Amino acid sequence: MTLFRRSEFIIACILFAAMIIIGLINPAFWSLDNLFGLLRSNVIIGIMALGVLVVMISGGIDVSFTAFAAAAMYLTIKLMIYTGYEGVFLPFVAATLIGLFLGAFNAFFIHTFRMIPLIVTLGTGSVVRGLLLGLVGTSVINIDKMPQQLIAFAKTDLVSLTSATGTNFGLTAMILIYLGLALVTHLFLTYTMAGRSIFALGGAPEAASRVGFNTRRTLFFVYCFAGALAGFAGLLHGSMIWLANPRDFAGLELDVIAAVVLGGASIFGGRGSVIGTLLGVFMLVMVKNSLIIMKVDTTWQRVVVGLIIIVATALTAWRDRKKLV
Amino acid sequence: MQNSSIAKRILGQDRNILQLLVITVLVFALMSYLNPDKFLRYYNFESITYIMPELGILAIAMMIAMLTGGIDLSVVGIANLAGILAGVFFHSVIIGTSQSTGMVLLYTGIGVLMALGIGLLAGVLNGFLISKLRITPILATLGTGQIFTGLAVVLTGGPAIVGFPDAWNFIGNGKILGIATPFILFVVVAGAVAILLTRTTLGVNLMLIGTNPRAAIFAGLRKDRMIFYSYMMTGLLAAIAGVILSGRTNAAKSDYGASYLLQAILIAVLGGTNPAGGKGRVLGVSIALIALMLLSSGFQILRFSNHLIDFIWGGFLLLVIALNAFRNSDR
Repeated sequence: MTLFRRSEFIIACILFAAMIIIGLINPAFWSLDNLFGLLRSNVIIGIMALGVLVVMISGGIDVSFTAFAAAAMYLTIKLMIYTGYEGVFLPFVAATLIGLFLGAFNAFFIHTFRMIPLIVTLGTGSVVRGLLLGLVGTSVINIDKMPQQLIAFAKTDLVSLTSATGTNFGLTAMILIYLGLALVTHLFLTYTMAGRSIFALGGAPEAASRVGFNTRRTLFFVYCFAGALAGFAGLLHGSMIWLANPRDFAGLELDVIAAVVLGGASIFGGRGSVIGTLLGVFMLVMVKNSLIIMKVDTTWQRVVVGLIIIVATALTAWRDRKKLV
Repeated sequence: MQNSSIAKRILGQDRNILQLLVITVLVFALMSYLNPDKFLRYYNFESITYIMPELGILAIAMMIAMLTGGIDLSVVGIANLAGILAGVFFHSVIIGTSQSTGMVLLYTGIGVLMALGIGLLAGVLNGFLISKLRITPILATLGTGQIFTGLAVVLTGGPAIVGFPDAWNFIGNGKILGIATPFILFVVVAGAVAILLTRTTLGVNLMLIGTNPRAAIFAGLRKDRMIFYSYMMTGLLAAIAGVILSGRTNAAKSDYGASYLLQAILIAVLGGTNPAGGKGRVLGVSIALIALMLLSSGFQILRFSNHLIDFIWGGFLLLVIALNAFRNSDR
């Protein structure tokens, strides 16, 4: 396949054109302040999108990961406050494990009862969020109570600059975590047998099991991976915005799925790439955040996201079109 | 002899309806046992007949989309948009001028037509995206759901629209011969859909397409057109639910009934609908609806928080999935 026919190349071109248009409407788009802000907004959605990408390549879909992220964030921070634990590494391990455990629950239901992933994950998402809000609590943990180490950790900047007006801004170091996870996911998907088994399962489940892939293990891996990334992203989100709100992330699953589809992944499975997903996430975040710069009323945000989903899926449906059925 | 054959016809071939009836009776008995003095009141059952219809119609819409192996995630968006559009219309013509009842009735009629019209239009858009552009129903309706909800936000700017005319509220709150108007509407709609699905070409075609899409095409069925019609129907039904919802609450808001989506899917699946297509009956969905309304009203009387009720709905969905899997593995 030549470079020009790759969907990543087409997405990159569209992204570049969109950046030029937004820049023409308001040159403030190109200010470092704005660009750094955009990159920062990529981190959380991006990490979640990597998980959803892997699920989609396997031919499934996950709408429960936002509830898992909220649960992992809220439980971990509550536990940290309760025990007075001060540290950064262990809490992130804990949040990741909570997400992983909940993801295994998804895989169990999907595999054991052969049920459509959308319906299973709708159910598990509702169960987890209901339990979290109903039993653990609904109150927001604000900056006074937040563990200071987490905040300090998430405050780390790669570059710190002072703008003309005297305010400080910087590029968050969290972007490195995001890009690191993306690289690992890419290498895993491309160069390991387990990674290829995900493509095989998504492309043709029957064929995958006939040639000897353990589809059960692959399925468990996929949903645990998505859950673990969501749990990690959840705690990172709390650290970055300095508060833990158990109602956070509601509705974010649509944005993440839209970004992954925009990045060229097929909902039928078997197709998708990390580079495409990175571009898709950047595109979605950029368009959403630039509405204000382009002086469009923010009430239009949802309409724009909906339109992006429709256009992106129409394009991939056209690409994947089959004859007759 | 006669009786048993009629019972057999109503119950159908599958044991699903019977299982549902057992679940309903169990839920009823459990709730009566847990709150003996509050649950078994006429008032409780009356309020269920007001709350049930909008959810029931959404669940029937969901079932129709599932018949062909699809799903409609935009139903709640359509319902809210329909209510809001009518609300905006009433504000522009009625507020500030005192009009005769005849005029108000006329405007209410126009409002209903507008609401149903936007529902039909939304269904046409869904149908076009799914059957012509071949977008997967999940993604197509996910996207259009965002668009419809987004348009509702644009129309209202965020807050709820209040102050519908009395005739409109009668649709959601009124009584005809002592029976709740929305309940009568539900029975009419459910009956019409049941006849449509079992007694017309469209309904039979939808079942056949859902059972085996490839065979259906080779047999000469016009698959695209039938799927297109089915999404028009879900759009129209969603709009009817929207009219009832805004009539009952005398308000319309872009994020009303957000949890209805999960509940509509749950009721459809519990009612014996196969999400992979080919199977689904209005009767099953209706019984599942009653079972779940009894369950949630019982828990509300027990003063469970809404979050825990969400949990119970989700847990019930997973339980039903497991139950269905075990029942199918028996054969």
